[in-house]
Amino acid sequence: MSDQKLRVGLFVTCLVDLMRPSIGFSALKLLESAGCDVTVPTSQTCCGQPAYNSGDRAAAQSLARKVVAEFRDCEYVVVPSGSCSGMIRAHYAELLAEFPADRPEVERLSARTYELTDFLVNVAKLDRVPGRFAGNCTYHDSCSGLREMGVKKQPRALLGQVPGLTLNEMATPEYCCGFGGTFAVKYGEISARIADRKCEDIASTGADAVVLGDLGCMLNIEGRLKRRGDRTKVYHVAEVLAGMTDE
Amino acid sequence: MGASSGARTMNAPAEGFKARAHDKLNDAKVQRAMRNFNLAGARARGIADLDNFEDIRTAAAAIRDRSLASLDLWLARFEQEATRRGTKVHWAETHADINRIVIEIARQTGVKKIIKSKSMVSEESHLNDALEAEGFKVVETDLGEYIVQLAGEKPSHIIAPAIHKTRDDVADLFAEHHKTPRKSDIGELTMEARKFLREHFLSGEMGISGGNFIIAETGSLLLVTNEGNGRMTTTLPRVHVAITGIEKVLPTLEDASCILRLLTRSATGQSISNYVTVNTGPKQPGDLDGPEEMHVIIVDAGRTKLLGTDMQEALRCIRCGACMNHCPVYQNIGGHAYGWVYPGPIGSVLTPNYIGIENAVDLPNAATLCNQCGVVCPVKIPLPDLMRKLREKQVDRGLRPWQERLGLKLWAWTAQRPGIYAFATKLAARLGRSIGGADRTIHRLPGNGWTEGRDMPAPKGKTFRELYAERKRS
Repeated sequence: MSDQKLRVGLFVTCLVDLMRPSIGFSALKLLESAGCDVTVPTSQTCCGQPAYNSGDRAAAQSLARKVVAEFRDCEYVVVPSGSCSGMIRAHYAELLAEFPADRPEVERLSARTYELTDFLVNVAKLDRVPGRFAGNCTYHDSCSGLREMGVKKQPRALLGQVPGLTLNEMATPEYCCGFGGTFAVKYGEISARIADRKCEDIASTGADAVVLGDLGCMLNIEGRLKRRGDRTKVYHVAEVLAGMTDE
Repeated sequence: MGASSGARTMNAPAEGFKARAHDKLNDAKVQRAMRNFNLAGARARGIADLDNFEDIRTAAAAIRDRSLASLDLWLARFEQEATRRGTKVHWAETHADINRIVIEIARQTGVKKIIKSKSMVSEESHLNDALEAEGFKVVETDLGEYIVQLAGEKPSHIIAPAIHKTRDDVADLFAEHHKTPRKSDIGELTMEARKFLREHFLSGEMGISGGNFIIAETGSLLLVTNEGNGRMTTTLPRVHVAITGIEKVLPTLEDASCILRLLTRSATGQSISNYVTVNTGPKQPGDLDGPEEMHVIIVDAGRTKLLGTDMQEALRCIRCGACMNHCPVYQNIGGHAYGWVYPGPIGSVLTPNYIGIENAVDLPNAATLCNQCGVVCPVKIPLPDLMRKLREKQVDRGLRPWQERLGLKLWAWTAQRPGIYAFATKLAARLGRSIGGADRTIHRLPGNGWTEGRDMPAPKGKTFRELYAERKRS
């Protein structure tokens, strides 16, 4: 049993695919370092969350059913995002309630879907991270990762293993960055103002980089930091752990 | 003030949200007040002394569900018990009924001057305006309510009505209205308000209060207050009228004792408020004080529409304000931006339900769904889920802009077709990279919603899908 490799399906997520592929490759490297046998289903696109949160239930359902089918054969589904993994684990059952025949398969998927750092710590039991990092980091807890997936200690435990990395906690790491999906576009002014509080909190730590686990927060925080003229780096936790912050 | 005058009209009052939010975000005084606002910190300290807070939340949610499951039964029991003890119970089906009933009582009892302790339900019906239009003098006696009344505004928070005001605002307001030398010390300002309010307490002929809960088994009205104005209002004038929603009934005092452990801790962090008042009927023979008449007006005004629907959980609300205290949107824009009586996450759920989904289209959308509200709600109302369901209802009723609907349909259609999606994202990645230019940053995007206040880190030129396929081939 212990020699058996964990068979993992990597759900890259639409934002990583389009905006920052290095996060997908970092996740791949970490899972392989943890001894997993990783497949990346090529037909994957999006978990359906943008439609779900915009009230377009039918569109969200069609994409959710597609994900359920695509990852049917994977022993685990690992996602480098608290928000997309939370969509699958916390919301698919409700979203697909109108399809009672799908229910067993949906529940089976929810039960074996993990956020990346949670999987590395609690399932794969990764004991040596490949990355190194020279500098101070602060960690932003993404709302979905924290409140839907219970991701809090896992990324910190892993970051604690990175040689050269010091973690300086900000005052309110659990405070929302203001992204909220399409909220950031529909209510851009409010969203940017919420992001300001996050940026101020990050700045007060004096950290060289803010590390986080969700691409939505990442684009929002990085975008606001840049507009403020703040040069603090923004990394996905997978990039730091995999030592792929330069890519 | 635009926000408060907007809040006075009953037609589509929650429209214009974006413009009001913009005003508040650019109002330095409001911003200063909101930065100082930290009831979230008080709650965190307040719940620390209970080691079973989560268990009490579970119990409290169950108590509220039990009330709502047999609401008719508990309300009938309340009416029976309250009537037996001399309280007159009135039923207000609409907001207009609230005002009509209060005016009738005021006329029948011949009162001229009315003092009020906090009642958010009376804000729903614009009771003060209705009473003043009939020639009655109305004075709010909760300090925060008194301040917003002097300012000609509406409450911006359900338990801290003047939270949008700074000490300087209040100092100016008191000097102007009290015609006294301007004071800036909070203690002195409070003492001055106390002196002025004392005269109103003694001359008020009718006292109007809200009702945190009504208790079915005893026919009692339960009030939770900190300033003592609630007791003055309900005992000094000869007529007491309490106004509360139908959902506020609790079966027993035992139920209330459980809920109270959560209510004050969730609201202000207090283990108990300075005053917890249980009023059961008017003054009886041998009583030293109390009103000669006690009336309780029980209000529907849209609430029954939620019963038995996917929105029913919203009626569990015990009005602690924790959801707004923890809401990143509320914390930045304040309560007036929401445009109707209840701000913050619970307001974004109640307002469309009470006044019509089409009259408050922005509210359920103007949330990040961070679920900080759901986590702190003492009665476990799944606020983000309810907001999401309201978004679904907007789509079902065609209330979303056609551009948004078309955009979602196109995106979903493409995402269903991996080949086309791969091609579209490949193009987008290249386009984004080229727009990003040398600093790999996009400074302006169509619509400008994102880039008004932020840059967008540019895509890297190739998608993960492409790079992964290249790697597999090599």
